[in-house]
Amino acid sequence: MTSISVGWVIRRSTRASRIACGGALVLVLALFAVPLVMTANVVQQLTSLFIFLILAVMWNALAGYGGLVSVGQQAYIGFGAYGTIFLTQQGIPAYLAVALSTLAAGVLAALLSLLVLRLRGSQFAIGTWVVAEVLGLLVILDQSLGGGTGVSIRNLNTYAPNLRRAYTYWMTLGVTVILLALVFLLLRRRTGAALQAIRDDEDAAASIGVRVRPLKFTLYVLAGLGCGAAGALTLTNSLFVQPQSIFGVQYSAYMIFMVLVGGLGTFEGPIIGAVVFFVIQNQFADQGAWYLIGLGLVAAGFALFLPRGLWSLASDRLNVQFLPVGYRLVSPELPSRRRTKK
Amino acid sequence: MTWVNALVQGLLLGGLYALFACGLSLMFGVMRIINLAHGDIAIMGAFLTFQIATRLDVSPFLALVPTLLVMGALGYALQRTILARSLRSGTLIPLLTTFGLSIVIQNGLLQGFSADVHSLGPQAGSIATASLTISSQLSVPYFGLVTMVVAVCLLGGLQTVLQRTAFGREMRATAADPDTAGLVGIPAASVYGKATAIAVATAALAGTFLAIRSTFDPSSGPTQLIFAFEAVVIGGLGSLWGTLGGGIVLGIAQTVGANIDPQFSILAGHLVFLIILASPRGRYLATRSATA
Repeated sequence: MTSISVGWVIRRSTRASRIACGGALVLVLALFAVPLVMTANVVQQLTSLFIFLILAVMWNALAGYGGLVSVGQQAYIGFGAYGTIFLTQQGIPAYLAVALSTLAAGVLAALLSLLVLRLRGSQFAIGTWVVAEVLGLLVILDQSLGGGTGVSIRNLNTYAPNLRRAYTYWMTLGVTVILLALVFLLLRRRTGAALQAIRDDEDAAASIGVRVRPLKFTLYVLAGLGCGAAGALTLTNSLFVQPQSIFGVQYSAYMIFMVLVGGLGTFEGPIIGAVVFFVIQNQFADQGAWYLIGLGLVAAGFALFLPRGLWSLASDRLNVQFLPVGYRLVSPELPSRRRTKK
Repeated sequence: MTWVNALVQGLLLGGLYALFACGLSLMFGVMRIINLAHGDIAIMGAFLTFQIATRLDVSPFLALVPTLLVMGALGYALQRTILARSLRSGTLIPLLTTFGLSIVIQNGLLQGFSADVHSLGPQAGSIATASLTISSQLSVPYFGLVTMVVAVCLLGGLQTVLQRTAFGREMRATAADPDTAGLVGIPAASVYGKATAIAVATAALAGTFLAIRSTFDPSSGPTQLIFAFEAVVIGGLGSLWGTLGGGIVLGIAQTVGANIDPQFSILAGHLVFLIILASPRGRYLATRSATA
């Protein structure tokens, strides 16, 4: 008994994860400098990459950890965008409106959670979808928000175009970092173990005393907040919004694709997925229907054959975790053979 | 009198929604999964009927026969290949797989048939447009009656099969516990395959009826999926007669909403669904274990 416990050490981080964390920090700092040195096109493209990243991380938090497969996160994307439109129409500065409508999306998620968290599994999926449809239809009915034809954000043209792009870029990057940090903290602390237990088996987790409801509520509100921010930032990046597209279910398709390809229920997975999706979209989006057929096939293929995504290939083979959200048992005698049994 | 008319139209529209919901309800009852591609499969069936009816210049009702057979076989194959594999890995994966399938079917139809709006109404002839005039403001469309009769027969027939026949007993046993059912000699895979075949065939039937009643295009699927799901939840998951009731409630909500303002039609249906979900009964409706 003692002979086993002696010598084994519990570690949170490894050398790989310390290097990766340092690298991530340097990368973020470098990314903040991008608008100073890169062209407007690059800045705008990177902004949309960060928005995808937010969406992927939020959807993964919901589905990968809470087991809540939502097909209706576009409700919050649309709400964030139209909330920003509404607030700027009241004379509030655009970037403040982005922040306020993000918070409002969180409040909306807290209210709607009373309704949709009653549902489980596939019922939750379509229930959230109905909510998104209702919000979209309500926006279409409101002529002051442009009805079905769409509307432009007004008081952003007070900024010079390059400055506007840079501000939007910095804000998007900032929101991305904050949300990633929030998810990271949620996973690294005690809640992380509880969330992973819920991910693996909700009923079993509840039976050993994991408080499932408050955790699901936290995830749902966080995802509402994040998707609201993504919607508002999409608006400041593209300046125009239309209910059919911002409340469209294609956003859910994108999120599912990114998370499944990257790795469902891992911290690193959605980041990889967002980058992969960004590249694919830039390469193939002009293929129209074929592009979407490809997305659907790849997503279904990953769900069936590699449900833990691309990241599982790397982390299983190399036994590394770049961002230390778990615990590792390390034997000092065998420093080079640390393979964990599956 | 327009309100009475709205009620009657809603009742008949409910028949169509019940047709859509029937397959969804059956699959949920037996396999505990909701097929997110259900609406797109229905539209695929409508396109198949449309192709047969226009190419061979036959009535859509005649073209429906090969459509049902083909779609039934397709449903069986779908279960035995894709769904069976996804069912092995919990509840999350079937949901994601069928969502992927939905995108593939929808965009496949878009690629094959363009975004043009079609209708089978002209092919069906006078039955699609004729109606029984009761008074100047109240007329009952024949095709609405046909849809309702078919819905009642289909749901009643399925209910009878489930309760009275050996196959129904096998389905109920597999729904209750597939492993134990396997121990007493009922192969779950085969039962699932047949249930999916029936579900996909009824979806194709519903899609064809939608096509005769109004119009359809490749992107019509998701809306029909949502309506079908609302009908199933309003009626109580897993109860086939409840599904008919749910369809009728949804249909009436939509036509009454449209009677107030045409823009409110779909919104009114969604709101009734959300209100029922929010009501104290909603909890039981949504989580009630299925008995089908």
